[in-house]
Amino acid sequence: MAVIDHDAELARAGANVRGWMGGILFFVRRYPLGAIGAVLMALFVATALFADQISAFDPFSTNARVSLAPPGGEHILGADFMGRDVFARIVYGARISLAVGVGATVLGCVMGVMIGLMSGFFGGWFDLIVQRLMDIMQSLPLLVMALVMAASLGPSLSNTIIAIAIPLVPIVARIIRSNTLSLREMPFVEAARAIGMSETRIAIVHVLPNTLAPLIVLATAQLGSAILVESALAFLGLGVPEPHPSWGRMLSESAAEYVRTAPWLVIFPGIAISAVVFGTNLFGDAIRDILDPRQRL
Amino acid sequence: MSLQAAPHPERAEPANKPAEPVLAVENLQTYFYTRTGLVKAVDGVSFALARAATLAIVGESGCGKSVTALSLMRLVADPPGRIVGGAIRLDGVDLLGVDEAAMRDIRGNQISMVFQEPMTSLNPVMTIGRQISEAVILHQRMSHKAALGRAIEMLQLVGIPEPRQRAKEYPHQLSGGMRQRAMIAMALACNPKVLIADEPTSALDVTIQAQILELIAKLQRELGTAVILITHDLGVVAETAERVIVMYAGRKVEEAAVGELFARPLHPYTRGLMNSIPRLALMRREAGAAAQRLQEIPGIVPALSNLPQACTFAPRCAFADDTCRGRFPPYQEKRPDHWAACWHSERITERANG
Repeated sequence: MAVIDHDAELARAGANVRGWMGGILFFVRRYPLGAIGAVLMALFVATALFADQISAFDPFSTNARVSLAPPGGEHILGADFMGRDVFARIVYGARISLAVGVGATVLGCVMGVMIGLMSGFFGGWFDLIVQRLMDIMQSLPLLVMALVMAASLGPSLSNTIIAIAIPLVPIVARIIRSNTLSLREMPFVEAARAIGMSETRIAIVHVLPNTLAPLIVLATAQLGSAILVESALAFLGLGVPEPHPSWGRMLSESAAEYVRTAPWLVIFPGIAISAVVFGTNLFGDAIRDILDPRQRL
Repeated sequence: MSLQAAPHPERAEPANKPAEPVLAVENLQTYFYTRTGLVKAVDGVSFALARAATLAIVGESGCGKSVTALSLMRLVADPPGRIVGGAIRLDGVDLLGVDEAAMRDIRGNQISMVFQEPMTSLNPVMTIGRQISEAVILHQRMSHKAALGRAIEMLQLVGIPEPRQRAKEYPHQLSGGMRQRAMIAMALACNPKVLIADEPTSALDVTIQAQILELIAKLQRELGTAVILITHDLGVVAETAERVIVMYAGRKVEEAAVGELFARPLHPYTRGLMNSIPRLALMRREAGAAAQRLQEIPGIVPALSNLPQACTFAPRCAFADDTCRGRFPPYQEKRPDHWAACWHSERITERANG
């Protein structure tokens, strides 16, 4: 029989984790993929926050002399046909992507959670009407829906956020409602009634926290897909308008004309989008394991 | 401990005065309206609970014990259930007459309940301390910090070691017995007048059962809480209760002080319940143990929908005759302070003595 090293086993279980530095080190060892995701997300957020310090060039200023300059030299990722620095546009584009991703996800989740919780916990005619509304919303394809919204609301940052958030609402509401339906029959809900808690308070204090674990996984996945949808909208000419540097728009403008002659205009925004979506998904999986107290032995 | 500074000073009255019962239930009727018909889950149950006393309600599964308990808390799900008649007087206040907001103030504060399933009666994503302090904050104007202090005090009182540490833990980190202690701490945190314990030990293993019952008895002495103990376990009744109600098919069939009931059961159902307790003599197959097999009551509790006019126990009763199959027996005081609803209680006593 193999000799078991108890200290090593304990260390792996995190028995001697001390302080927040220790916590981070433990996280890296326990969830290496999650740590990669966390690094990618941290890079993404830091890029968005410190865009003006990172980039030497202005993302809006054009310079005809360096039109379609290849990577290397003064413009490390090259320049587009107007002579705008690609690196600067990607760095500033992180701001747009972050605003759209976080804004749309938070907005969609907050509305979805409120609707789903009320619908599932109180039931009755409210549930019936709301669920039929959700059916109608879900019967429209997400992208088409966002397209219609963006087209009718007009292109702007806040309208893009709303257009991406609204198709999210029925998805979140469905998940929260189905969880709530099973949670409201749990004995601890009855026990909460027996200590004199009101129904609204039970819904918020007891039911809502129990639905958060699946919501967090969903929200991180949606964060990535919101960025993708924004890119798709921008690709189709909607979304955040010019001259704001949106990754999706950078792709769409160059894909048709320059993919052969100046591929860096396509490759680098594509890498940025992929890295961020990949990072949020990895991080989301790890965070689900950590936030669920039932797995925190 | 600050428990002595209780919010109910009226409890300090002298014991020799013939005290008003803390809880008086009169002709309680809880019906369920279902597809299969009207189910009279609780049909005309009355009893009185003295201050700091223990009353046991016994009976098989499905006889209406738990619905009685939920009715007292006014927690019967509506639909399908509804309390259609009677009165529940808690210190003179009829709980069936107050509105829902007032009832919420009463629940957990003046009348509390401990449930059968300690595993699922606590919220898995909330710490023990937080859950108990929620109960305190609901009824007493207290800061979160003070309420958490109170929760730790309660955990200490129910015998949980290292209460300060335990208060920060989640339910899954506690054993079943510990969770039931935490549930009791939650139920008693506001020092209620009445505690309803609905099969508090059924989901626990035997050694823990005794500890929990002892704990309830100890807290009852210290805090002066009256307890309604709902159980199917007559052993538990004999050890803890002072007075016993036997329920069958939604009705009360017998009531007496615990000693009297065990010495002279007057209803064949009560006899049947007693005979179905395993005894050592029986298990060792000693001489004198009348039967080699454990006695059971034949048949099952009848479906509560569309009960006949007859005695509901008649189909399972060895003494049943045409009288029994004709009319339900009146509920009478057969001996001093010993009530039963049976046409043949004299014959039952004779046979037991003969």
